[in-house]
Formats: sequence, structure tokens, C-alpha cells
Amino acid sequence: MPNKTFFWFFLPTGLAMILFIGLPIISTGIQSFYAQHDQVVKEVKKCDPFGCTVSIVVDNEETTKLREAKPLGKFNGFGTYVDRNHLAIDEIKKFWNETENFGAFVDQVTNLPFYKALIFTLTYCLFVTPNVLLLGFIIALSLNAVARKIRGPLIFGTILPMIVTPLVGSLVLFWMIDSQGIIGANIQNLMNDPYLSLKSSKTLTWITIIIYGIWHHSPFAFVVFYAALQTVPQEPVEAAIIDGASRFQRIKHIVLPHIYPVVTFVALISLMDNFRVFEPIIGFSAEGSAQSLSWLIYDNLVNEEVILFGSAAATSMMTIVGIAILLAPVLIRTWKEFKTAR
Amino acid sequence: MDYGLDKKSTSLKTFNTIFIIVWLLIACFPFIWTFWGSFKVRADFFSRSDWWYAISAFNTLIETGGKFTTDAYTQAWTEGEFWKASKNTIIVTVFVVSISLFLGTLGAYALSRSTERYAFWILIAALIFRAMPHITLVSGYLFPFFQLQIWGILPTTIVVLVAINQPFTLWLLYSFFKTVPKELDESALIDGCSYFQAFRHIIMPVMWPGVITAGLFSLMLAYNDFTVTALLLNQENHTMVPKIQSYLGTNQHEGNLMWAVSAVVSATAPLFMLVMFFQRQVISGLTAGAVKG
Repeated sequence: MPNKTFFWFFLPTGLAMILFIGLPIISTGIQSFYAQHDQVVKEVKKCDPFGCTVSIVVDNEETTKLREAKPLGKFNGFGTYVDRNHLAIDEIKKFWNETENFGAFVDQVTNLPFYKALIFTLTYCLFVTPNVLLLGFIIALSLNAVARKIRGPLIFGTILPMIVTPLVGSLVLFWMIDSQGIIGANIQNLMNDPYLSLKSSKTLTWITIIIYGIWHHSPFAFVVFYAALQTVPQEPVEAAIIDGASRFQRIKHIVLPHIYPVVTFVALISLMDNFRVFEPIIGFSAEGSAQSLSWLIYDNLVNEEVILFGSAAATSMMTIVGIAILLAPVLIRTWKEFKTAR
Repeated sequence: MDYGLDKKSTSLKTFNTIFIIVWLLIACFPFIWTFWGSFKVRADFFSRSDWWYAISAFNTLIETGGKFTTDAYTQAWTEGEFWKASKNTIIVTVFVVSISLFLGTLGAYALSRSTERYAFWILIAALIFRAMPHITLVSGYLFPFFQLQIWGILPTTIVVLVAINQPFTLWLLYSFFKTVPKELDESALIDGCSYFQAFRHIIMPVMWPGVITAGLFSLMLAYNDFTVTALLLNQENHTMVPKIQSYLGTNQHEGNLMWAVSAVVSATAPLFMLVMFFQRQVISGLTAGAVKG
């Protein structure tokens, strides 16, 4: 296809992506260097028969004027990145000098909002992704073994958790697990502890959100693995059966190597999706004990008094860096393959 | 895998059946339970005293005189203005699907027919764009949108959702276009068609399965989106998913949980029916990138 024709065909979609994905990333980058204005203060001299006092009050008029003149805020450089709500460099230095042992230091650091969110996000990725791969693979194997006729409805039932939006999916589970729901109430009875509830314990909340993540993402892994299993050649499997290979050996030495590229694909996609975990935190109303990077950004953006554009943008930029680190191995591999292919 | 040689032992078969039944219960029961509960009153579905009330409908009988009640639905749809939210969802979904298919087919066709180096890099760039968390993009939109005073209205959200959706649509349609033989449009070009005519009259007619799959995924994205719609639309223009969240209530005001339950069922039912109808397309779409590529 000539370059000119390509240009006209690709222009609309390219323009849409540049304007609404490329530019916003740049806009986020610029915003992250600004912070909202401080309030303008003025000195007011009040005199009464007993003498004069000077007090400092907020000048609302001037503040509004300043905000209107420079809506982006004041230039802050990397100030937002290193403040207490983000990388918290000063606090970490202080903790390092003040705390006695390493454990206490880690405790202090993981209580800082950014690190808290980072640790939750990474824990979520670390537990959900492998379990999704495993469960998806097992479901695919076992559905593959049932009669073809009844597979349709079974597949439909299996993919339900995936097609609902995460907010709805987590709500549906939350209403059952909540202390007034069917599962929560029964667990209370079983444990004989009427105060046992999801919200009461941080660990329980984390486990619930991770289980939700596995429940929500496994169907995707299942669908891809199921389709890949259909392409496994018959001859090597039959040869292995004749040679007396056990079922487990067949899966390990023939099926898995065959679907290996698909496994990396699923791992990559679900890692990317898990890294942006956000809606389940709202669905489970778990803001108190579990915060993710995406949730931090959301929280800044729905701030009641003044939207913290700078703070949200700084967290966004660091999230993008995180995504880049996750994607780097894949991109490097693609680049190498591309080079050798030419 | 129906291996003629593969003899499965009975115990393995039983184990397999049990596993599938357990998994299906885990996957489907929450939805069935929510559907069942949406016809009860709050005191039953969120019972403080006894969870069995949700089944025996103890309070529902007292409050409404029947074992099932549709009060939650009628209230949510009228008082809760869920009708407005679903109207907005329909507008957003229809426009997002049609625009993103229009842009996506043109772009993906060009990508699949180009032998230049930049086509590869565009696909890689699209993959990186696909990985961006939506909330980071939203934090980039808010400020300029406020300044341009285009925040809160449906058209802005539609354009944003189309753009966010493009990388995935491009990849999906690209892999479908790759399966259409090049000779088909080349012969049309020799006969004197322009590229656009070849695309319009030769390629599109054989591309319907791919277009339907891509359309379904655009639809699911637009229909299910929370991040973009919750932050870029004002209260008046909220679509279904942010509306459901607003029923949950906040620390300041108490929400109406039963409205949320019935709204969840109302929003999920059409989606389930659609997927039931188009199951084959959904699965082919999910696997297109993985297995064929």
C-alpha cells in the first residue's frame, strides 16, 4: 500500500489516539510539575480602645484571582514527586536515621500512602496472576474433557465473571461476603464470632480482593487456553500414550510446550490489567485497608475541596513508569525478534 | 481432545465432573443469588438477624404482603432516575461502537496491507497505549477539559472512549484482516478500483465476523466503563455503572442498597443475553490475538 493511501486510511484512528491517549500522557506529565496555589494571606490591623492587633487572614478574593490567572497552579518542579504523599524522600531519610532496626523502618515506610498503595498493587499482581493462569488452565483442561454437546452452556457459565464490569462483579460478591450476606453470616456462625467481618481485618480484606481478582480474571485465561488446546496436534499425544506416558507427563511434555507462547500472552495481559486494580476497592468499600495506585489517583481527582491535579498527575506518571518496567522485557524481546527477522 | 487411545478412569471422570460443577457454582451462584435477592426487601437480603430470611422472605411478606416484590426496580427506575442512566448508556454505547468500528476498520485495513516498517511500530505503540491504566489518562483529561469547558457532557466521553478503545480494536481487526487473502483486493486494484473502493466493496463484505467481534468488545468497554464515565460526566449525564455507585451512598449520605441491587441486575441482564447470543464471537475475539498471532 502506498504511503499516501496508508496515511489517509490511518489518519482518523491515529488522530484519535494521539489526541486522546498521547496528549493526555504529556498533559499529565506537565501537570505533575505544578501544585495548587497556596491561599493568599493578608495582614489585617484591628484597632479598638485597648490597642491595635495585627492578625493574618485568608484573602479569598486574591486567592480566586490567582487561581483564575494561573489555573495550572504554581510551578513545583519535582516537589510533588518527593513530598510525603508520593516518594517521601525526607520521611524515609528520617525513618532510616531514627528507627532502631530494619523491621521498624520497613513498618514506618509501608505506612506512607504511596508505598502502601504500591505494596498492595504488587501483592495483588503477584498473587492473582499465577493463580489466574493455573485455574484458567485447569478449567480449560477439564472442560475439554467433557462431551462436546454440553460444552456451550458450560463455557457460557464460565465466562460470566469476566463479562461483568469489575465494579458490578465485586459488588455482587461483596453483598454475599458482607456480615449481613449469606456467606458472611454463615462464617460468623461457624467461627462463633459475631464481630467477624470483612471490614474489621486488613488481611481478610486483602484476601477477599485477591480472591475476587482470581474469580474475575480466570475466565479470560480459560478462554485463551481452551482455544489453544484445540490446536494441540494429536499424533505426539497418541504416541506418548502408546509409550506409556501418564496423563501428567503428557500435559507437562507435550501440551504445555505447545501452548507456551499463549501462556506468556495471557500472563502479560493479566499482569497489565491487574496492575491497574481499582474498581474492586470501591466495590468492596475497602478504601480503609487496601489502596492501590489507581485508587490514589482517583482519590485525588474526586477530592471535595480542590482537585489535586498535581498530586494525581505525579502518581499517574509513576504508575506509567511501573507499567513500562512491566512491559520492558516483552518490548525488548519483540525488538530482538524484529531485528533478526529483517 | 478426544483421543481414541485415551481411556479415562471412572474416578478421574467423577473428579472432573465434580470440579466443573464446583467451579460453575462459584462462577454463577453470585449472579443467581443477586437476581433472587433483588426481589426482596432490604431487611431480607441484608439481614441483620438471620440470613435465611433472604430465602424465606420473612420481612418481604410483612412489608409488601407477597414473597416477591418489584419495589426496588420501580423505585430505582423512576425515583432513582435509572431510566436516565440507561438512556445515557444506550447513547454512549451506540456512538462508541459505530465510531470506533468506522475508525478501526480503516486503520486496521491499512496496517494489515502495509509492508512498511512503520506499520510494525504503530502496532507496538498501540500495545503500549493499551497498557495505560485508564485512570492515568483521565487525570490528563480533567484539567484541559475543565479549561475548554467540555467537561461533563456526553460527546466528550464518547470521543474519549472511542480513543481508549482504538488500540484493542486495531489489534483485533488487524489479526482478522490478515486472514483475508491479499489477492482479493489486489485483483480489484488491477481492475481499476481505488483502495477505498476495494476496501468498501471487496473486503468489508467478507469481514463481517471480525467486525461483529470487534463491535462486541467496543460495546462491552463502553457499557461497562466506570473510570471514564464516573469522572468525565456530571451527575445529570451519568451512565449506568457510575449511577450504581451513587446508589451505594457515601459517608455523608446514606444510599439505597436495594436500588443498587436491582440496578445491578437491570444492567447485567442485557449484557448476559447479548453474550449468550454472540458467545462464539466473543471467544474468537479473545483468542484472535493469542492463537492466530
